[in-house]
Amino acid sequence: MRIDCKGLYYRKQNKMIRDFANDGETEFILDNANGQRYIGGGIEKKIKITVNGVPGNDLAMFMNGPTIIVNANAQDGVANTMNAGEVIVHGSAGDVLGYGMRGGKLYIKGNVGYRTGIHAKEYKKQVPVIIAGGIAGDFCGEYMAGGILVLLGLNRDEGTPIAGDYLGTGMHGGVIYLRGGVDESRIGAEVSVLEPDAKDMKLLKKYLAEFCGHFGFDLEEVMSEPFVKLLPVSSRPYGDLYAY
Amino acid sequence: MNSELPPEFIVKVDYDRCRRCRRCVMNCSFGCMTFKDRVVPEHRRCVACQRCVTYCPEYAITVSKNELAYKENENWSPEIRKNILKQAETGGMLLTGMGNPREYPILWDHLLIDACQVTNPSIDPLREPMELRTFLGRKPERLEFSMDEAGEIDLVTEIEPQVRLDVPVVFGAMSYGAVSLNVHRSLAMAASRSGTLMNTGEGGLHRELYPYSGNIIVQVASGRFGVHSEYLNTSAMVEIKIGQGAKPGIGGHLPGEKVGEDISKTRMIPVGTDALSPAPHHDIYSIEDLSQLIFAIKEATDYEKPVSVKISAVHNVAAIASGIVRAGADVVTIDGFRGGTGATPMVIRDNVGIPIELALAAVDERLREEGIRNNASILCAGGIRSSGDVAKAIALGADAAVIGTAALVALGCRICQKCYTGNCAWGIATQKPELVRRLNPQIGADRLTNLLAAWSLELKEILGSLGVNSIESLRGSRERLRGVGLDSQTLELLGVKPAGVGQ
Amino acid sequence: MRRNCYIPSGCSISGMMSESGKRLDGNAIIRSIALMHDRGNGLGGGFAAYGIYPWHSDQYAFHMMFDDMDAKERCEEHFKDRFEIVFDEEMPTRPGGVFEEETSGRHGDFGGQPIIDPPILWRYFMDVPEERMRFVSEREYVVEEVMEINSKVDGAFVASSGKNMGAFKGVGYPEDLGVFYKLGEYKAYIWTAHGRFPTNTPGWWGGAHPFCLLDWSIVHNGEISSYGINKRYLEPFGYRLELRTDTEVVAYLFDLLVRRHKMPIELAAKALASPFWKDIDRMPERERRIATAIRQVYGGALLNGPFSIILGHSRGMVGFNDRIKLRPMTCAKKDDMLYMASEESGIREIAPDLDLVWSPRAGTPVVGVLEEGVE
Repeated sequence: MRIDCKGLYYRKQNKMIRDFANDGETEFILDNANGQRYIGGGIEKKIKITVNGVPGNDLAMFMNGPTIIVNANAQDGVANTMNAGEVIVHGSAGDVLGYGMRGGKLYIKGNVGYRTGIHAKEYKKQVPVIIAGGIAGDFCGEYMAGGILVLLGLNRDEGTPIAGDYLGTGMHGGVIYLRGGVDESRIGAEVSVLEPDAKDMKLLKKYLAEFCGHFGFDLEEVMSEPFVKLLPVSSRPYGDLYAY
Repeated sequence: MNSELPPEFIVKVDYDRCRRCRRCVMNCSFGCMTFKDRVVPEHRRCVACQRCVTYCPEYAITVSKNELAYKENENWSPEIRKNILKQAETGGMLLTGMGNPREYPILWDHLLIDACQVTNPSIDPLREPMELRTFLGRKPERLEFSMDEAGEIDLVTEIEPQVRLDVPVVFGAMSYGAVSLNVHRSLAMAASRSGTLMNTGEGGLHRELYPYSGNIIVQVASGRFGVHSEYLNTSAMVEIKIGQGAKPGIGGHLPGEKVGEDISKTRMIPVGTDALSPAPHHDIYSIEDLSQLIFAIKEATDYEKPVSVKISAVHNVAAIASGIVRAGADVVTIDGFRGGTGATPMVIRDNVGIPIELALAAVDERLREEGIRNNASILCAGGIRSSGDVAKAIALGADAAVIGTAALVALGCRICQKCYTGNCAWGIATQKPELVRRLNPQIGADRLTNLLAAWSLELKEILGSLGVNSIESLRGSRERLRGVGLDSQTLELLGVKPAGVGQ
Repeated sequence: MRRNCYIPSGCSISGMMSESGKRLDGNAIIRSIALMHDRGNGLGGGFAAYGIYPWHSDQYAFHMMFDDMDAKERCEEHFKDRFEIVFDEEMPTRPGGVFEEETSGRHGDFGGQPIIDPPILWRYFMDVPEERMRFVSEREYVVEEVMEINSKVDGAFVASSGKNMGAFKGVGYPEDLGVFYKLGEYKAYIWTAHGRFPTNTPGWWGGAHPFCLLDWSIVHNGEISSYGINKRYLEPFGYRLELRTDTEVVAYLFDLLVRRHKMPIELAAKALASPFWKDIDRMPERERRIATAIRQVYGGALLNGPFSIILGHSRGMVGFNDRIKLRPMTCAKKDDMLYMASEESGIREIAPDLDLVWSPRAGTPVVGVLEEGVE
């Protein structure tokens, strides 16, 4: 169903989505959305929501199943503590993307802001995936305890770093892949830069194929540049901090 | 480097009484007791947890302070010298557990409760009704009623979700990880039997405890461990943890020693890593962000659960609490500087924050001044030791009190302050299966239920002596408190008259 | 009513300027800030507007708030000899004003709050008498007078004191205050707006934001944790901090650094949100020398804690974040228009099609400058 969200307050809009989803509706198209918070928040059903316009903060927060497609930029807090589902943003996204993300996929065509993927988690087969086509701000992957985070750095100006400072600070799980390498002065003390092996490349290819499919990038071209891989040096980065 | 630290305690074994049963060796989880022909204590490892003392069938063991380990000096106390030596050896921050043990004034012990004599009667709680039932949640300013044509009156106002407590004492947040699953089991069962709440803390909720959802506060903290929509909905109430009294303004590290397979699953972090909860939520850097998270939780729980926000008692606590209430919180939990913890840097625990008594009085007063006291309930945590403290907290303005350490003591804790080592000999602050087994959750639940039952009886006695038969007649009634040995400014801050002054 | 306690607050901010100096009415900025309604709590809001008084552009426009008529008389008595009042009038308002629309950021039923109980709002267009400038510059004189009135004239408060600009603020939601102040009837080339989330007792209009001094106006989101030392740093320079909000500190710091110490605005922003030592250590020689000196000398001006700020002044608008970008800010361009807001939706609400949208990096100022020749 289509909902004209022009001037529609988020509580009314989200209640409509929840109510209709409970009644069996599976597809929602939100036209003229602008700034409505919590779209898809906490929804457990496998519905599909297309957002035409800029969604508000905390898009897909606590989300557990739905697919959300955003045909604009997204604001702060996308996929906050998300558990399952997919978010596809045909634009850039703001700060605190995928905070404490527990599962599902988050594909951003453009750039992502500060503090991307902080506290991402994983357990066995439940592994969140975050891919950004552009660059990331500072503190990317801070305190990551799991998950896969990929930055492609496409379409950036020459000299613009792929990620800001303190990349992977405090990371103790999960993996970060960067297309085309990284200036090592920007990475946190808790990660080391490695070359991806064949298994890594296979994994990357699988997700990047999906990513390119969504946004019309050429997979071969994306894969043509070498990647580097960031892994935590230790599973207990702060083990020596204390006197017992 | 070999440690030059003198042992803190001396373990004495009375070899005449000792029958070499080795029970002490089996019970000591800190590796202090070994058996070489006879029991040999390694004094340096003793933490005075009293496990061996308690379990020795012959009462042959005593633990005493190593009195002259450090030459007497009022300025350079043994504690200070021990800490310097430890830091010189390790270069690390001093880690500790439990609440602030230092000699700051305990204001509860300077407050006395009123009683009735002749002019207004006291009530006998054994014979007469005595009500402790309390509801936590946002109350409207007023009620609206309608009358239909037949003159039938009905309530129009829809009251926001409320959580019922049969006793105004809830169990404080202690995470699965910091404490064992058997502690969580004991707390959940006792809360359910006593008509109150337990709080998951920030480590998520083990699936086995989902059936107790009606008696559980689920916590959302900065690490977002175990937080998902099902978790949020498996609760009586959701709490956003901003601060903790034992460590205001700083985060928590659950040491890797305590992160086993089950904790790894509940928290979704690798086995053996430290679970890192930084001080701020990365999506909360300002009060409007807190409001955003409160409503994110409300959206995810369909506005069916009250949302609490827990803060530590700091200098500006009253203004902060006011902001929290205006941000949409239905309950504010204030945690004083004597509150407990599983692990905190000692410098923070011992030097940061303010006493809960003053914080509580300031918050209650500020919310009343602003006309928003009804908009939220206040939970008072951090250093509540007895039903007397509970009664005083309620009189100062709390809706209910929160106990953490008191509950652990009921379960066997001897406050040895070594929670962060994961070696708790009493099976409480540990994840080692052989230690966890030491706490039987059925017995634990019984002991906690007993404690709350006893406190309920005592609270009723206090109400009876005050001549009231319902807890709401005590709530915020500072007139029924008097201060002894307090300076006039403290009295003013507490809103309490000095003892000796009548009405 | 003034409270002598420190008041933390959170917020929404928005700013827009036409670099070519086109004057736009206040309806757009009201819509922008209304969209971010939920970031405030209805206890404060306001606007600053530049270019609104072209017919009095040479005079200092004092927007005054008075508790009662006595305070007004006291203040006018104070103005005597100190200023030449060219023109004065009551501020046009719409008592009980409320923004009627439901927007995607604001619930129609419980969103608005009619604006009530305003203080007496009066504006004065004033010249500084020649003989008053014998020992100090004209602007210095005005600053001293503003300090004097705010601290000494009981019941009077200077909401703004610049030329060809003014602040419109009070207790309520900003969009309701915009209707109350009839901002649709003003035309400005720069507008900034603020929706506040303070944690104090409602009541005092002067405590709302923007905070203004001369032509400086500050709207800011976040709480500055270094307030205590910033205040102590400013006091010896003669600033009297009356409001006990961190926004006031920011305005005075800009006045000190840019007007009195003649620091370029970009560098002033670098003093307030300094680069980290690790980054300074990597800078080329000359840059490193400058950055090091700024931190050595202006350490007391460093704003620590989360903030995003929009500074307005007669020649432009500057937006910047704290050193680690703990508060949000999105900037956008469309033709000659520059927009800044806490959320992109706050800009899209008034300019759906944009040429460029970006989030500035931490501590990096975005500077909008009015084209030369625009008056």
